[in-house]
Amino acid sequence: MLSLRNVSVRLPKGAEREFALQDIDLDVAAGEILCVVGESGSGKSLTAMSILGLLPAPRVTLAGGTIAFEGEDLASLPPARLRAIRGKRIGMIFQEPMTALNPLMPVGRQIAEVLEEHARHLTRIMVLAQVQALLEEVGIPDPPGAARAYPHELSGGQRQRAMIAMALAMEPRLLIADEPTTALDVTTQARILALIKEIQARRGTGVLFITHDFGVVAEIADRVAVMQHGRIVETGPAAQVLGAPAHPYTRALVGAVPPLTPPARAATVPGADILVVEGLRKTYRTGSLFGRRRVVDAVQDVSFTLHKGETLGIVGESGSGKSTVARTLVKLLPADGGSIRLNGTEIRAASRAAFRPMTRHIQMVFQDPYASLNPRRRAGDLIAQGPRIHGASRAEARATAERMLALVGLDPASAGRFPHEFSGGQRQRIGLARALALEPSVLVADEPVSALDVSVQAQVLRLLAELKQRLSLSLVFITHDLRVAAQVCDRILVMYRGVVVEQGETAAIFAAPTHPYTRALLASVPGRGWAPPPAPVQESL
Amino acid sequence: MRTLRAYLRSPAGIIGAVLLVAVIAAALSADMLFPRDPMALAGRPLQWPGANPRVPLGTDNLGRDIAGFVCHGARVSLLIGLVASVVAVGIGVLVGAVAGFYGGWVDDLLMRITEAFQTVPNFILLLVLVAVFGSELGVITIAIGLVGWTAPCRLVRAEFLSLRSREFILAARGLGMRDAQLILGEVLPNALPPVIVYASVVMALAILLESALAFLGLSDPNIASWGNMIGAGRSVLRTEWYVSAIPGAAILVTVLAFSLVGHGLNDALNPRMQVL
Repeated sequence: MLSLRNVSVRLPKGAEREFALQDIDLDVAAGEILCVVGESGSGKSLTAMSILGLLPAPRVTLAGGTIAFEGEDLASLPPARLRAIRGKRIGMIFQEPMTALNPLMPVGRQIAEVLEEHARHLTRIMVLAQVQALLEEVGIPDPPGAARAYPHELSGGQRQRAMIAMALAMEPRLLIADEPTTALDVTTQARILALIKEIQARRGTGVLFITHDFGVVAEIADRVAVMQHGRIVETGPAAQVLGAPAHPYTRALVGAVPPLTPPARAATVPGADILVVEGLRKTYRTGSLFGRRRVVDAVQDVSFTLHKGETLGIVGESGSGKSTVARTLVKLLPADGGSIRLNGTEIRAASRAAFRPMTRHIQMVFQDPYASLNPRRRAGDLIAQGPRIHGASRAEARATAERMLALVGLDPASAGRFPHEFSGGQRQRIGLARALALEPSVLVADEPVSALDVSVQAQVLRLLAELKQRLSLSLVFITHDLRVAAQVCDRILVMYRGVVVEQGETAAIFAAPTHPYTRALLASVPGRGWAPPPAPVQESL
Repeated sequence: MRTLRAYLRSPAGIIGAVLLVAVIAAALSADMLFPRDPMALAGRPLQWPGANPRVPLGTDNLGRDIAGFVCHGARVSLLIGLVASVVAVGIGVLVGAVAGFYGGWVDDLLMRITEAFQTVPNFILLLVLVAVFGSELGVITIAIGLVGWTAPCRLVRAEFLSLRSREFILAARGLGMRDAQLILGEVLPNALPPVIVYASVVMALAILLESALAFLGLSDPNIASWGNMIGAGRSVLRTEWYVSAIPGAAILVTVLAFSLVGHGLNDALNPRMQVL
């Protein structure tokens, strides 16, 4: 139905490579789901945009090739003809439904707009009926209410359903979905994936599904195309690509996906209690003197104990309060109640001034490697900052910084470079080095690998495991990714709406979850039926 | 270095820099080119420009050499612009940084004070200050600074509000950094570029405000400022219009120079403007 032949896309001069896409060949048949998978910068989103004629011209332009769609070459069609095809015969779903929907227009109105644009013969009543039918089809609870709602009044999953309804409005033959579930929680993601699959089966639509997540691929793909640096390195049926990848890059990628089964660990003798949290509470209050007050109980009565040399995972979806717990542990947020004892010292009630010298015992690693480093400081200075604050001389701090750079696997000579001169994974290593420079006994890591590509993620996780061994670190590891949690955590704590619903040994929880929410969470992990083939011995990518 | 190269890519910035250098050169060479007191009588009053080679731009209604007056006036104007904008930006950064960094009731209180200043029209406030404290050059300069601090203050506060919750600030806080260190060492350097750009606007505004005061005859009458000459020329505006027009053109050029330099700085310091 859709077939791309030798499609190339040229980047502006001075970009990191001349062609964003080079000689792309792709086919999507009716009734099949083709997953295009690749890491960031591989050109997978540009592939979708080139099909739709949405390339950011004039800087990025189609340099050659044909895009045949039902007998027409989209590459050579005038914009007006393309517009008639977009939305009518090719539907699109984007990653972030909040930005893809118009915030000032009710959702039903936006769907109706698509119908009015492409099917002028419909009367108003017919349009309204159709909007209702579409919202019902995508499984939004209370379709009439949802049609009247503005995008911000719907949850993320409902917004994405509305987007899908919009994309389906004209019964397109082809659906292009660009990371449609990446911004969603795992349980919501599972439902949206099921929905896409169901609609595709019912209508016989072809789906071009772009993702970076091999779990998602395993969940829904019929066929897979793997992209690297703007080229397709491997295509084939899903079972073949995922089970027995032929190309070394695919093998490395698939091998980097953490399996969902916790590895057998030597039963670590629980060390001394190093961090004891009891009855931790945090409530957010918004609204001022005149505004409407809102009270959110972000964390309610959370208690746990971290032993020396142990990794405790806190897992949960967005809004579960896991990041709030992390920030109260290092006193970036004041807790409202409960106690936090670090090495026997109460820190929850300590004043900020009294806590300052204690920061060297508990350090935090942040999620976003691009936001967590001051862009105006050199790597060496960033790492040396901590020791300087805690009284080291300039020379000592510099020596520490160089040692730390070597420890996290970076060249000590790179101390003079600025953060933007490093890649995402390298930046995360700098963040880690900064935290470790104070030789803390507890490290709080808030989604430290969530912003990284899968191969880089594997490297950082390996580094973390190795450092933990060598420095006998105790880790509080916050993540939403159960695959990562399975690999790195000795024990896990499952949070749901500010409450700990279950905690215990990782292996035990994965084998026999007792709380219904934990069960739902585990059942939602995409591709849970698929075990990645054993990782080949791999060099850094 | 990269900033300088980015600045030189902006045509507005180059023109602005050239004009500004010309004005500064005029100010610096005033004593050499026109060694006489600019306030002293130079010849018959109201000679047209070009009529007498000794006074190339003519004389005003008090017989002062307009060319010399304009050159010496450049000093006064630049001085007022510089000092007033340092005062304005200084107060603005201080108040804005504290308000934005701490938020909560501190922010509420400081912002209400800022709004109180903003509700009074700038020029009226300036007139009141001058009426109360007198019209010496120093007083006028500081008064202009006091009038103009609210805009940089709001700018700094907005930057601080968005920066203070960034992860790198949290990370520095997590390392045990003190507030003063956080504000000065971590947040402020990242908040400064738009403020520097705005400082050039404040300079232009300061020069205009002083001229407006002088035009009304409320500025220091004993200094050679452009506004003073425009004010003096007012009475002969219909016949000898050049008396007001020449210093007026000098003000135009200087203000234009500052605002073009601001443009160039904005292009150079605003990373979003830089091409990929």
